[in-house]
Amino acid sequence: MREISNELPLGGIALFRWVWRQLTSMRTALFLLMLLGIGSIPGSLFPQRTQNPMKVREYLASHGSVGTWLDRFKFFDVYSSPWFSAIYLLLFISLIGCVLPRTLEHLRAIGKTPPLTPRNLDRMEGHLVLSAGDLDKAEAWLRKKRFRIRRDEFSISAEKGYSRETGNLLFHLSLILILVAVGVGSLLGSKGEAIVNVGERFINTPTSYDSLAFGKFQSDQSMQSFSLRVTDFSAKYDPATNAPQDYTLTVAASHPIGSVEKKIIIKVNSPLTYGNTKIYLQANGYSPVVTVRDKSGAISFHGPVTFLPQDANLTSIGAIKVPDMNPQIGFVGSFIPTYDRNSKRGAFSAFPEVLDPRLLLSAWKGNLGLDTGIPQSVYRLDTSKMERIALKQLAIGETLNFGEGSITFDGWRAWVNLQIVDDPGKLYALTGAILAIFGLLLSLFTRQRRIWVKSSNQVEIAGLAKNSAPGLSDELTQLKKWMEDEL
Amino acid sequence: MSSRQFAYLSNYAIYSAMFVYTIAFFSHAVEVAFSVRHAEDSTKFEFAKTDKAGRIGTAMMILAQIFLTSGVLFRGLSAHRAPWGNMYEFSITGAMAFSGAYLFSLIKYKLRWLGLPVSTAVLLTLGTAVAVLYRPSAPLVPALKSTWLIIHVSAAIVSGGVFLLANTIAATYLILDRIESRGERNAWAKKLPSLEYLDQLSYRLVAFVFPLWTFAVIAGAIWAESAWGRYWGWDPKETWAFITWIAYAAYLHARVTVGWRGRRAAWLCLFAGSTFLFNYVYVNIWGTGRHTYSGL
Repeated sequence: MREISNELPLGGIALFRWVWRQLTSMRTALFLLMLLGIGSIPGSLFPQRTQNPMKVREYLASHGSVGTWLDRFKFFDVYSSPWFSAIYLLLFISLIGCVLPRTLEHLRAIGKTPPLTPRNLDRMEGHLVLSAGDLDKAEAWLRKKRFRIRRDEFSISAEKGYSRETGNLLFHLSLILILVAVGVGSLLGSKGEAIVNVGERFINTPTSYDSLAFGKFQSDQSMQSFSLRVTDFSAKYDPATNAPQDYTLTVAASHPIGSVEKKIIIKVNSPLTYGNTKIYLQANGYSPVVTVRDKSGAISFHGPVTFLPQDANLTSIGAIKVPDMNPQIGFVGSFIPTYDRNSKRGAFSAFPEVLDPRLLLSAWKGNLGLDTGIPQSVYRLDTSKMERIALKQLAIGETLNFGEGSITFDGWRAWVNLQIVDDPGKLYALTGAILAIFGLLLSLFTRQRRIWVKSSNQVEIAGLAKNSAPGLSDELTQLKKWMEDEL
Repeated sequence: MSSRQFAYLSNYAIYSAMFVYTIAFFSHAVEVAFSVRHAEDSTKFEFAKTDKAGRIGTAMMILAQIFLTSGVLFRGLSAHRAPWGNMYEFSITGAMAFSGAYLFSLIKYKLRWLGLPVSTAVLLTLGTAVAVLYRPSAPLVPALKSTWLIIHVSAAIVSGGVFLLANTIAATYLILDRIESRGERNAWAKKLPSLEYLDQLSYRLVAFVFPLWTFAVIAGAIWAESAWGRYWGWDPKETWAFITWIAYAAYLHARVTVGWRGRRAAWLCLFAGSTFLFNYVYVNIWGTGRHTYSGL
């Protein structure tokens, strides 16, 4: 460790050098590391916008000014907050300032011979006086054990275990690589989600996504060219516990767009990979298929409508909007894959698979509010300017007549939520992680020690182990035996 | 054998293990509690007479380990998978790793006295698992179906077992340190090793297992990348695994570079271990992240 003066110097360059020295001292690096740990705690105790925005809204609604103040200090976006980034960046700089000079120093030390033998060996660890032996014999033994050796006229100074520092530095340099990789991933990557019904095609362009976020230096130019046609999706559930057992998604993929389609299976733990881009199966649900007719019987709308699952048995809700009818018509719906009812809960789903589906619909007429310019959720109906005109529960094939027309429940289709992630930093992070483990093993399991042999009027040996690593006295005893052995 | 039979067999093995751990507990308690004063010199103790109780204790610990290991094994066979799908299974495997770490260390170090705290902790863990956490054997949810389950969870469980062993030793250090600061050690405490030995031992255990914990975290990140689409997402479990990692990294630095020893190092070791326990208990049961596999 370097000595640090605590006096604050005046003047530009001196001040900068003082700050730099403070920042890159080992003590500061350790302090920042601890601070990073403490700083990440609130993110695990408060809901985070990146993980669960709904929970954050609930928290803010129920905690009044406490919530507002917590929000002001970014407690709901901890890992992207200025204060967390500040700790992270300072640690990054501190690590570099700590490790780079030590690396240079170590590289220089590798070529050097061990330092001189101390004058008084009897003050060192495991000091032994030998009955016989000479320096040549000792040198032979030390060479065999691959020590670095400095041979002087009456003494040998030997050192072993430089790889301890090599491992130590490799570990810390790998940490820097991981930090860089995380940065690269967030600046140059992209992440998006898209819901696709079975039978439909997804083309990888920004407009196909339901949500898509680019890193600061990333644009849609670098998107992989591919398209996926969802040909099948099957979900298996445990009949006793209703817990999911297996999801299998089958797609016909063409990469690049226009090439011959290939059949590919995507599962939860095996995404589809194209270069740095991976396509994950993230969630699934149901889209009821309906046909809406006007008074004359002409079809105003036909097709699957995505509903969002609300519970483990996939009771799903959604909205069907038909702006082309006059007056405008909308439906609030609830899809039940396996219908059951009791007096307490009313109608509910008893199993996540579609065994006996029902569609509960309420029909509304009036103004859908689509032309106000305010973005609207496709899963919700804004009924503030509408009037309810009918309500019915439909089995497949049944029709609800609502005066202005009719709606028929034709069937259902499964949908899958694809998460498409492009992270160019990933491989660097993995490389960094693997190197870090190697460095760690090397530094924790290498014993660094020095052994001295001195021949004056008597032959003496002694040693010194860094961090009082065990085994030095055994080694000295072995050397003693070897040297005293007359054969 | 059918799944159901294996599940029953697993339960019987766990109950038997608990029974044998109880015997081990009493044997070790006898060894510690009854010290025989030397017939002529009352300031000295004859340890040979209670030595037998200690040896019986170790034999029982080994037998219990066999029962517990087969209990974990049968649980896996009954579900046709690694038995790491819910908190009951994590707990019995964790107990197995903890007492296994103790028995392994016994080969190299004079640690028999640790049998008392180890059997106590294992009995408490198994008792909680059987009484509160028990769930019938069932298949895994799709996100857990991966080879990484075996790699990631086994590394995490083994690290946890060794961390807790180091914690037990650090706690013993602090208790003995307290006793010594008041004067001479009590009769029972005289059988325990010197403070310096305990201090070194807890450090060695941590230094030995820290790379494995690092590996467990990295293996988790690799798995998360293939199951959830990102290698790091600050999920509460990930965050706390990271905090544990930092705490132990700080402990190692404090010892190796700053030269912390003794009391301060023992407290830091206890703190680091408690972040691991917090992660296991709090995040599994009350947490909101993706790691809530307690089945409760």
